Amino acid sequence: MNFKATKLTAAPYILWVLIFIIVPMALIAVFAFTTTVKVDSEGNVLSAEEVSVMEEELAEYNEENGTEEELQLDERTIFTLDNIFKVNDYLPVLFKSLWLAAIATAICLVIAYPMSFAISRGNANRQKVMIMLVMLPMWMNFLLRTYAWMTLLEKNGWINKFLSFLSIGPFQMINTQGAVVLGMVYNYLPFMILPLYSIMVKIQDTTLEASADLGANVFQTFSRVILPLSMPGIATGITMVFVPAISTFIISRMLGGGTNLLIGDLIDLQFLGNAYNPNLGAAISLVLMAFILLCMSITNQLDNEDNIEGVLL
Amino acid sequence: MKKAISRIYLWVVFAFLYIPIIVLIVNSFNASKSRSVWTGFTFDWYKRLFSNQAIINSLGNTLIVAAIASVLSTLLGTLAAIGIYSMRKVPRSLLINITYLPIMNPEIVTGVSLMLLFVSCKINLGYITLILAHMSFCLSYVILNVLPKLRQMDRHLYEAALDLGCSPRQAFMRVVIPEIMPGIISGFLMSFTYSIDDFVISYFTYGPTSQTLSITIFSMTRRKVSPEVNALSAIIFVVVLVVLLIVNFAGSRDERREKQLERRAIQDIRFTRQLRGASSSTVAAENNSGYIGAKDKDNTNGGEKQ
Repeated sequence: MNFKATKLTAAPYILWVLIFIIVPMALIAVFAFTTTVKVDSEGNVLSAEEVSVMEEELAEYNEENGTEEELQLDERTIFTLDNIFKVNDYLPVLFKSLWLAAIATAICLVIAYPMSFAISRGNANRQKVMIMLVMLPMWMNFLLRTYAWMTLLEKNGWINKFLSFLSIGPFQMINTQGAVVLGMVYNYLPFMILPLYSIMVKIQDTTLEASADLGANVFQTFSRVILPLSMPGIATGITMVFVPAISTFIISRMLGGGTNLLIGDLIDLQFLGNAYNPNLGAAISLVLMAFILLCMSITNQLDNEDNIEGVLL
Repeated sequence: MKKAISRIYLWVVFAFLYIPIIVLIVNSFNASKSRSVWTGFTFDWYKRLFSNQAIINSLGNTLIVAAIASVLSTLLGTLAAIGIYSMRKVPRSLLINITYLPIMNPEIVTGVSLMLLFVSCKINLGYITLILAHMSFCLSYVILNVLPKLRQMDRHLYEAALDLGCSPRQAFMRVVIPEIMPGIISGFLMSFTYSIDDFVISYFTYGPTSQTLSITIFSMTRRKVSPEVNALSAIIFVVVLVVLLIVNFAGSRDERREKQLERRAIQDIRFTRQLRGASSSTVAAENNSGYIGAKDKDNTNGGEKQ
């Protein structure tokens, strides 16, 4: 079809893409590779120590003369690699986020795989109800759900109360890495179940019967038929869980306490927190994006087809 | 045995998904302010919730922002999808890949990048920035929902409409738009729900006067948590449940009606053929085969629905 009259309808969107997708991404790169420095009247860059010396001198001068003059220095933005190098200090946090997100993704896959298969084998109405039950918690605000886990995991929370009935415990559950992983698994499990289900529902019973008729046992049917057929769903599910899990900053703060900061918390702290430094925050974001791209290109090896429609369900 | 195991497994996973929500709902009736001590049944938190101006205001903000962002995104996104569809291959795939970015990128990076944009342009954070930020991901959902419908559309429909005397504008409004309507509607609904549910992107782009519900909940969970949050989540849960049930029920009722109409049509055909068959025996044979054919069709339809 040739919509001659409609060729221009994408024009507003192209403008939108430039302003709200390309420019913001470019801004992150710009912030990551620059820093703001103070310069003196001759345009020489001043180090932080020089500035503080000047401030002290001015304070002394003010005290002697009873004046209230302020230090007036021009600011200039210069290119630097310092921010990127500084990310080095936070590599342990990055690897911890990667590690916890990977564990959470693996657990999600292990829980969701048999679950999706069981759902996909039911009759049409049952499938519909089951999928609705999977999606229902997803529609609740995730802060509320995470907050509910706080109630459960607390030192005198519901689980510890229950355990003390059986005269076990109490256990320290909240503010641990385990709690953070639990929060990730809980919040992102539906993202794994839905793409897996939408792939598995296409595998027909007759295919499985054919495999059995041809002499395959249960394990062979699984490894030679079901697994290869469900690979696109696995790849989509892993991406859908891993990306939000590695970049989360609320789950770690609510369930992990102050000691289990993840990379998302670091970015948040640089922009809206006490450690205000947007340049460093942009650098960490850039590294995080590179990391995710790397991980996703590995996952994409699982599946060459573009299966976003399965994601969107 | 196998069936029992799979059933038990399903229930265990569902229990994992629902126990926290049950905890919230139970606690919303708990008279005690503490989350873990039960002291009696009360409706107090619900009463207090409705007199809590901060929560009511932020609920209003959430709905306003979601409505504006999703309507604008649906308009702009549908136009964009049609434009993208009629482009040549290279610019088209480039633009589609960029459209995936706001969805595939970690939300925190999208949020931070938009904040940098607004702050660099010295735009005050508020309603406008919040709506623009929500549109940035809503647009992608609309476009990615409409594009497949355009691809599924018969390429010659538009030309046929022109041949039959439509102006390009009429052909577009009367043929193309109805054809892709399901995609437009699902794109709109998806944008609306994601916008209501969004926290991370709002967190970086909201202003002091434009707090959404997620932001208010976040600030409540950060301070000493008040049990009104429990009441709020119980209400949200019930609303979502009712909406999902209605959507599901309406869907299956439509399906049933469709099936009924189909069956009635088949019966009509059968009846007329029988009438014809009564007049001559040769047609009776045909009638027989027609009858079987109709029955077969019924079966395949039933099979498909399963």
